[in-house]
Amino acid sequence: MNELIRRTAAELAAAIARGEVSAEEVTRAHLERIAAVDGTIHAFLHVDGDGALAAARAVDAKRAAGEPLGPLAGVPLALKDVFTTKGMPTTCGSRILQGWIPPYDATVVRKLRDADIVILGKTNMDEFAMGSSTENSAYGPTRNPWDTSRIPGGSSGGSAAAVAAFEAPLAIGTDTGGSIRQPAAVTGIVGTKPTYGGVSRYGLVAFSSSLDQAGPFARTVLDAALLHAAIAGHDPKDSTSIDAPVPDVVAAARHGDVRGMRIGVVKELDGEGYDPGVRRCFRDAVELLAALGADVGEVSCPHFDYALAAYYLIAPSECSSNLARFDAMRYGLRIGDDGTRSAEEVMALTRAAGFGAEVKRRIMIGTYALSSGYYDAYYGSAQKVRTLICRDFEAAFQRFDVLVSPTTPTTAFPLGERVDDPLKMYLADLDTIPTNLAGNAAMSVPIGRSPDDGLPVGLQIMAPAMADDRLYRVGSALEAAYRERHGRLLIDELATASAEEGR
Amino acid sequence: MTAQTVAGAPTAPLLDFDDAVAAYEPVFGLETHVELSTRSKMFCGCATTFGAEPNTQVCPVCLGLPGSLPVANRAAVEATIRIGLALHCTIAPWCRFARKNYFYPDMPKNFQISQYDEPLCTDGYLDVEVDDRVFRIGIERVHLEEDTGKSLHVGGATGRIHGADYSLVDYNRAGIPLVEIVTKPVTGTGRLAPAVARAYVTELREVMRALGVSDVRMEQGSLRCDVNLSLHPVGSTTWGTRSETKNVNSLRSVERAVRYEIQRQAAVLHAGGRVVQETRHFHEDSGVTTPGRSKEQAEDYRYFPEPDLVPLAPDAAWVEELRATLPELPLDRRRRLRDAWGVSATEMQAALNAGAVDLIEATVAAGAPPRDAYKWWMGELARRANESGRELAELPITPADVAALCELVASGRLTDKLARDVLDGVLAGEGTPHEVVAARGLEVVSDDAALQRAVDDAIAAHPDVAEKIRGGKVAAAGVLVGAVMKSTGGRADAAKVRDLILRTLGTNS
Ligand SMILES: [Zn+2]
Repeated sequence: MNELIRRTAAELAAAIARGEVSAEEVTRAHLERIAAVDGTIHAFLHVDGDGALAAARAVDAKRAAGEPLGPLAGVPLALKDVFTTKGMPTTCGSRILQGWIPPYDATVVRKLRDADIVILGKTNMDEFAMGSSTENSAYGPTRNPWDTSRIPGGSSGGSAAAVAAFEAPLAIGTDTGGSIRQPAAVTGIVGTKPTYGGVSRYGLVAFSSSLDQAGPFARTVLDAALLHAAIAGHDPKDSTSIDAPVPDVVAAARHGDVRGMRIGVVKELDGEGYDPGVRRCFRDAVELLAALGADVGEVSCPHFDYALAAYYLIAPSECSSNLARFDAMRYGLRIGDDGTRSAEEVMALTRAAGFGAEVKRRIMIGTYALSSGYYDAYYGSAQKVRTLICRDFEAAFQRFDVLVSPTTPTTAFPLGERVDDPLKMYLADLDTIPTNLAGNAAMSVPIGRSPDDGLPVGLQIMAPAMADDRLYRVGSALEAAYRERHGRLLIDELATASAEEGR
Repeated sequence: MTAQTVAGAPTAPLLDFDDAVAAYEPVFGLETHVELSTRSKMFCGCATTFGAEPNTQVCPVCLGLPGSLPVANRAAVEATIRIGLALHCTIAPWCRFARKNYFYPDMPKNFQISQYDEPLCTDGYLDVEVDDRVFRIGIERVHLEEDTGKSLHVGGATGRIHGADYSLVDYNRAGIPLVEIVTKPVTGTGRLAPAVARAYVTELREVMRALGVSDVRMEQGSLRCDVNLSLHPVGSTTWGTRSETKNVNSLRSVERAVRYEIQRQAAVLHAGGRVVQETRHFHEDSGVTTPGRSKEQAEDYRYFPEPDLVPLAPDAAWVEELRATLPELPLDRRRRLRDAWGVSATEMQAALNAGAVDLIEATVAAGAPPRDAYKWWMGELARRANESGRELAELPITPADVAALCELVASGRLTDKLARDVLDGVLAGEGTPHEVVAARGLEVVSDDAALQRAVDDAIAAHPDVAEKIRGGKVAAAGVLVGAVMKSTGGRADAAKVRDLILRTLGTNS
């Protein structure tokens, strides 16, 4: 294993800035790693080697010309295939968008390019971000680098696996119900869902507009903060984007200190259905926080019990409308256009062939929930639950600066285990969904390996909207404590393992 | 009573109109869509110019490309609030956009961003005048939405999607801001229903023009109407089942569609049948309506609040600021001008229909007496505009020119006939009335010595006539007047010439 791929984004950027290594060398090292392992991992749907090398050389030229470089200049990144990229395919893991080349860059992509971050390619995902295992991709599943017979989480499984497998030091994912945090947890890395409106959604192909949020994956809390800072900020092209200064997440990541912080353990996000190993790791982490000087207590959020049900009405409702545009008329797949069929018939045939089972299931649920006569009972009630969950959070944040829970009830489950049991699959997002419904910020940080199966376990930190910096304070404190106790990060154990395998 | 059918159209039996309104009372409502004339579209920065090459005013947002997001156009919201205020509506302090979901190839997202149960403006009215009676038309709501693309169905007989060989879609229109104005049910109009419906749309158009928020060109589709209508037996208090007629796109069509539906529904009821609740299409060429979707086939639009847009919350100060920008309302203005000009309601209606009100007002402002200004614009100039198939405003003459002409006539420097010649010159681009008078030498001969010479010459040339006049046959003076007019090229004031002849011949009486 080339030593370069083991370094953090912050280290790589510093080395490039000092001229110790060129951005091109760094990019080549990662492209070689992808070539070596992605046949097995299948994190990427599209690798843009030429584009990445050109972008890296541009950074080297900038440095040679003495131009100032940003804090992540020259660092490679894996981008979830749900963002539009000008001139690069964008499939959203769906057959219906096969062959579509967007004519424009998402705002996140533009910000990455402006920051001189090198985009290696597009990563695999559950179709239109609907799933928790990346098995719903039309292009085959992604495998978990810790155990390739297991899922990497979802829907941003490709991005998480790419970072965990050292194919990229950074990745971008999206989180609608846990799609950044849950894959981060089961692959042993850091993932943040920023405050809703903190990162522009312009160019993020919508699954559920009121819940979707883009965010960073990295192997360290500081790297995640640097990427978070690079993509966050107000965008006039997204009405729901917040026009306020971005919380200083980088400073918070550099000064992890939980002394005097009030940390609430959410009573409802524990108990039945949670792996004993996950609970054990979580308890240890909470004790550690107390030992580090935090003021830890328990808090009840009674309406969290209804979050999953509300989510599975709101998200499908919005998705049934958002996905209506995939009709074969203007772009993407077109089936049955043989001159004898009407536009409606071509639309129906294309949608039948182009969408997978989970997407169809959610479109049908959503269409039903919005139908006249059912709207109040389903969509309307779900919105009421949403309001109650917001109130639970408000009350809890009166008493606590942040809340914590396990990120997901179990460690990575075996591929195929839940594909035929959607309800069981949905439970993977039990802990993460309340934050999306409330529009708050949350992060998953690795806290250890489950004594049951040796697989990574994540702890979820939840903060009020626009208090994203608190996530990084707590995350960084936990990370430092882990490093102090074990002499290395959790993910380094995987690096060592795979280095030994490769020998 | 007699039933008629319309030849060449899918035949619906019709009852005679007078018989229909004698037996049944119509209740109608109008939904009017007005395209706003904002520079950019409702949710993106694309231009809105009419008539551009197809699909040249498009971007990821109005094409509904994956990932794109709408951002509401502030100018369109302002225009809608101003419309609401002009229609005496309440402006919602907080409201939302909603998605109206249905599949159609000219809808880029397969949903339209509109407003549903939370419109921006509610509960207002618009007064209209018909036959010197005032009808107060209640306004249910005014809301803002985006227009769809425009389909062109090629091949097939009907120009409709069914039966076409293929269809082309122009998305230039997709996303143009559209205001929908919905009336409350209009009752008590009886036989005037068609005229009141037309007067309402006419007045609404005037309001839009006065506000400067839309071009309101019906022929370009910037103002489109749907007409709801039901009938119930005169004396009954229960309203009948209504039809909704789509695609009513001219003032004349509004009147015809209301009239047609009254006659059609009356025939159904008269024959003991029941009116079906359905959507009907109006045909401009034949003036008939034909059935479309019935209630059972009606689509469920699955409205829900648009999650990509934040709620609209116009604060009171902003609304008051906009209220301060409202112009005088067209009806108030016409009433004021009617009094000031001393014209009748009918004359004012004629000026309104001819598009002359602004021109007359500007001419009066330039110093012309109102009656003279009215007379020139609605007489000579209206005739010439008509002959050349142009609008009055398109004639190459300004209100200042017309005022100058009035002044030249009033001061006796031009006769009415000369003034018409001057008009020819102005319209031919020869300059202002004064310039034309100078260049063509059209001014009345006001030099008394010169006129006296012409009179003397005429008397000398017609001694026999002069003798008759001296003998008391004053009527014979006409011959000498004619001679003087001829010798001066028509530039003399005939009455003055006559006086001079009689005085010269000593018969001044
Ligand atoms: Zn556009």
